[in-house]
Amino acid sequence: MGSSSSNLNTIPNSQELMQETGFSAAHLLRLYERFEFLDKDNKGHLRPEDFEAVQELSTNPIGDIIIGSFFSPGQETVDFPSFVRILAHFRPAEKNRTRDGAQPEPANSSTGKLKFAFQLYDRDRDGKISREELLQVLRAMLEMQVTEEQLESMAERAIQEADLDEDDAISFDEFKKSLEKVNIDHKMSIHFMK
Amino acid sequence: MEEFWAGVFWAMKIWLIMIISLIMIPAMFGFSLGISETYMTILMKTLKWATQKIQKANAEERAANNSPSNGLILRENGSMEKELGELRRSRPKPPVGGDFTLSDCFYFIRRGIESIVEDEVTQRFTSEELVSWNLLTRTNNNFQYISLKLTLVYGLGIFVRYCILAPLRITLACIGLSWLVIGTTAVGFLPNWRIKFWLSEWVHIICYRICARGLSAAIQYHNRENKPKKGGICVANHTSPIDVVILCNDGGYAMVGQVHGGLMGVLQRAMVRSCPHVWFERSEMKDRHLVTKRLKDHVSDKTKLPILIFPEGTCVNNTSVMMFKKGSFEIGGTIYPVAIKYDPKFGDAFWNSSKYSMVSYLLRMMTSWALVCNVWYLPAMHQQEGEDAVQFANRVKSAIAHQGGLVDLQWDGGLKRAKVKDTFKEQQQKKYSSMVVGDDSSSNSD
Repeated sequence: MGSSSSNLNTIPNSQELMQETGFSAAHLLRLYERFEFLDKDNKGHLRPEDFEAVQELSTNPIGDIIIGSFFSPGQETVDFPSFVRILAHFRPAEKNRTRDGAQPEPANSSTGKLKFAFQLYDRDRDGKISREELLQVLRAMLEMQVTEEQLESMAERAIQEADLDEDDAISFDEFKKSLEKVNIDHKMSIHFMK
Repeated sequence: MEEFWAGVFWAMKIWLIMIISLIMIPAMFGFSLGISETYMTILMKTLKWATQKIQKANAEERAANNSPSNGLILRENGSMEKELGELRRSRPKPPVGGDFTLSDCFYFIRRGIESIVEDEVTQRFTSEELVSWNLLTRTNNNFQYISLKLTLVYGLGIFVRYCILAPLRITLACIGLSWLVIGTTAVGFLPNWRIKFWLSEWVHIICYRICARGLSAAIQYHNRENKPKKGGICVANHTSPIDVVILCNDGGYAMVGQVHGGLMGVLQRAMVRSCPHVWFERSEMKDRHLVTKRLKDHVSDKTKLPILIFPEGTCVNNTSVMMFKKGSFEIGGTIYPVAIKYDPKFGDAFWNSSKYSMVSYLLRMMTSWALVCNVWYLPAMHQQEGEDAVQFANRVKSAIAHQGGLVDLQWDGGLKRAKVKDTFKEQQQKKYSSMVVGDDSSSNSD
């Protein structure tokens, strides 16, 4: 339940956030309430433990990896603007947007969503998904269910399929190419209700 | 000075006489003078009027804003197989072995982010959100000043609740509890004649009726033909300790629980004198076999009252039913399910034990408008052939959830402050691995 009469004024920089992320005022308010709810000790920022309190997230095989994606490398806290910026990736993409070359790519476009997924794999943010990084994600998703050899052969196959310039790693463009037939917008969007 | 004290005593005497005659005596004999009914009617009319006023004023705002009782997101609940199948449709299936693709993780990512934005469990441990304000300070979220009349009614409400109702209710509660202790001890001195059982039931019911008046409880019992019988086990959803008062107003039950110290301990020892309840020492609770045996013994004795158990093991906010622990369903015997649903408009019955202590919770209850609830007695259920305790528990849980209009969840309420067991995560991993590794039996050895 929200605190007493929170309105947009309690959220710092709300107008800029709305511009940047594309969330409506009502949604931003609800997300702020959610942020405050997860922040049980009222610290003003979230730590990994606050995310881990969500039971459903603990049953997700890559739950820890998703939690990690909220935190920039080396950071242990995430504040509200960063929280919302990550969630903005999952807004449904706007259709019929005129592409203006000068504007930065919005977070919720197909490319923005792909970039988010790419960074989930590419933990050290060096722009390439190495074999080891791919193995880490596979291990998280399958853990006890398959042998190490099976994991490695799956990773091998995935890299062979996607790696076009044969540098034994998957760059962002190769990632994008291998997923070009997938309806990214549909699969990586959350329906925010009016 | 003396006249002052004499005056005070006189006022207190009148106060007590009024309470005894107008509330206690009708409670003892089970009839009603209509005072609480009148109060409830006035209360409902007032709240309805307040709701209309607020809605009129907020008509335009409502169109733009999110109504608080709606969720924030609409979750797509497709199964893992269906969604991963869709994700992979774009790729030809590889000839050999597994079928992992880079896009598989999209499904998990989306589910994970959905959980972060809104999840089923944590919202069950906060009080239910009201659609419209019920003139209590504690539920005042975004409701701004509307009109002078409304504010006056609100102020009057505060005065009535804190200065008139609360002292009245506290007095009643004290009288009720002391009556329980005295009465049960007195009955305990009688030898085991038939009349002892009858008297003990009478004493118990009176005490609970007085306590119920002490909370201004308006309870509706449905399907009383299904009421739990002796030698059975009564199972209900748990929202607060007051559930016990609600259920015992309509019949006697044998309680099960840990031995406490202090006031609770006094009550427990007194109650046990007049009729058998099952109280466990803390050390005994750890030994599951001992617990089950004692309960089994109690149940097999058909002269003893039905046991009252809350299988959720914790208080939930009355919008959903959480996992039923299977222990109660392994005892054998007939299960009588009961569904309890409180009406949140008149008072929030949920005890958030991490937020409020027992005493502050009771005070909050006594300064609410009233406690309105519905109790449904469901037909008796037995464990069927080939059904294990967990499945039986889930069946009973669904029946209760369905009757009470509550959401049926499979999560364990006892874990609201702890981490979830890894078995759920493993289930997800197993499911995923069967899609990835598939029927490639040659690499599945060991």
